[in-house]
Amino acid sequence: MNEIAELLQKDARLTPEDIASMLNKTVAEVRDKIRQMEDDGTIIKYCAVINEEKLHKQKDKVVAFIEIQVQPEREKGFDALAERIYQFPQVTSLYLMSGRYDLLAVVEGDNLKDVAFFVSDKLSTLDNVKGTTTHFLLKKYKENGTMLFKQSKLERLNVAL
Amino acid sequence: MLRFNNRIEQMPPSGIRKFFDLVIDAKDIISLGVGEPDFVTPWHVRERVFFSLEQGRTSYTSNWGLMELRKATAQYLKDRFAVTYSGDEIMITVGVSEAVDIALRTILNEGDEVILPEPTYVCYKPLAELAGAKAVAVSNPSLKITADDIEKAVTPKSKVIILSYPSNPTGYTIDRAEIEKIAEIARKHDLWVISDEIYAELTYEKEHFSIAAAPGMKDRVILMNGFSKAFAMTGWRLGYIAASDDFLAQAVKIHQYAALCAPIMAQYAAIESLQRGMPEMEEMKKSYWRRRNYMHEALNKIGMTVERPEGAFYIFPSIECSKLSSEEFALGLLEKQRVAVIPGDVFGLGGEGRVRICYAIDFELLKESVARMDKFIKSL
Repeated sequence: MNEIAELLQKDARLTPEDIASMLNKTVAEVRDKIRQMEDDGTIIKYCAVINEEKLHKQKDKVVAFIEIQVQPEREKGFDALAERIYQFPQVTSLYLMSGRYDLLAVVEGDNLKDVAFFVSDKLSTLDNVKGTTTHFLLKKYKENGTMLFKQSKLERLNVAL
Repeated sequence: MLRFNNRIEQMPPSGIRKFFDLVIDAKDIISLGVGEPDFVTPWHVRERVFFSLEQGRTSYTSNWGLMELRKATAQYLKDRFAVTYSGDEIMITVGVSEAVDIALRTILNEGDEVILPEPTYVCYKPLAELAGAKAVAVSNPSLKITADDIEKAVTPKSKVIILSYPSNPTGYTIDRAEIEKIAEIARKHDLWVISDEIYAELTYEKEHFSIAAAPGMKDRVILMNGFSKAFAMTGWRLGYIAASDDFLAQAVKIHQYAALCAPIMAQYAAIESLQRGMPEMEEMKKSYWRRRNYMHEALNKIGMTVERPEGAFYIFPSIECSKLSSEEFALGLLEKQRVAVIPGDVFGLGGEGRVRICYAIDFELLKESVARMDKFIKSL
């Protein structure tokens, strides 16, 4: 990965000035490169990593990981069905997997019933879906490389020669 | 009867007491005064030590250290710095600090002179004096020591040259050509060289050249390195000496009576670092490099002029623009802007008029500290 992307992936708030200074490049060079990555879809968007438990929402969202077994279609493989699935706004992520099932969908709903309804009514009934297994998420520890629980602050001496 | 040892009583405490007393207990400051990485020891290393504890590995090791570690260290030195030692020529120590003490006590006699390029890390002079020798400081206005500077200090009493590069506090290293000239001086005047290369891995654009790799030097170089800096293992206290058989045969006597051996847990941690720690080490190095680049540019912009450091995680800018002494600058900056830096004079000749800044801290804090230093200078 190029270094600018690497830095922005860790901290999207870094300014082009900071990045230029850190990498011995000119600000213009860095701006151009970022723009180019935004244009060609290397950088898709900038967002904050939120620990939703801290938001104290009145209602907690329910998240489920759903294994989906699929009958692939001639000439289209898994892609056609995958598209029908990921278009649903409830599906926040979708992956094609090796192993005992084919697609793994991450589904969010306002409550358990919501998700169950989505699975039974929308997912299972799709042509070529042979079966589903639903796993509800109980607790998140780490997401996208970020530990969601505050690590105890490191104690360092103020001075060490 | 004297209550204490004379030499100890006469030895000044490390650094400037007044300033350090203020900093040590200060809360809510940004400290640029810490001489250690801002990374925790990588998880796989810590996890390896849990396993060694589960296995009940809690005993002493040989005075020399675990043979597995000594062999891995020899291989590492060969791969990274092209110096050839066998496992038998490595002694594991409690950090490089113990290694320096042992080496000086092993070779020095009363009245010997130690040639010490300054500014430098603070331990060499007191330890040389404790061993009965006299430290002869040499310096260069550019802060980059040359073979000529060293040769001018050679007298019939000279016994050893102490090198430490890349340097704490300057971040400058010594280039291969200069190292080769220094080696020549050592051979010509029959001097030992203690070479503390703890920051060797953290050399950015150049390639680190160990003086032990210069021709004909292996028998007179006492090479020291450790795991604290590059592998983020300061608290484990683990270092080593690579040297000739005859030196180690003497040195191990001190080590066995004063320390017995380095902690076994730390030794297992070090094995793990050498075997599987290189990718993470490279990542940490890259992160220091970026912050070095930022800091070099940022400090020059606010008038704290400095040439680009070549290694370690320190930068040693001039504070001439403030018209203050190093200590006044550090005290004022701490009081007015809550930023701690180390007054340069602590590090000996050539340090006055500068401060040491360690840039191994969170980038946002680093930026904030520069803004505060700028404010401080403008307020004068």
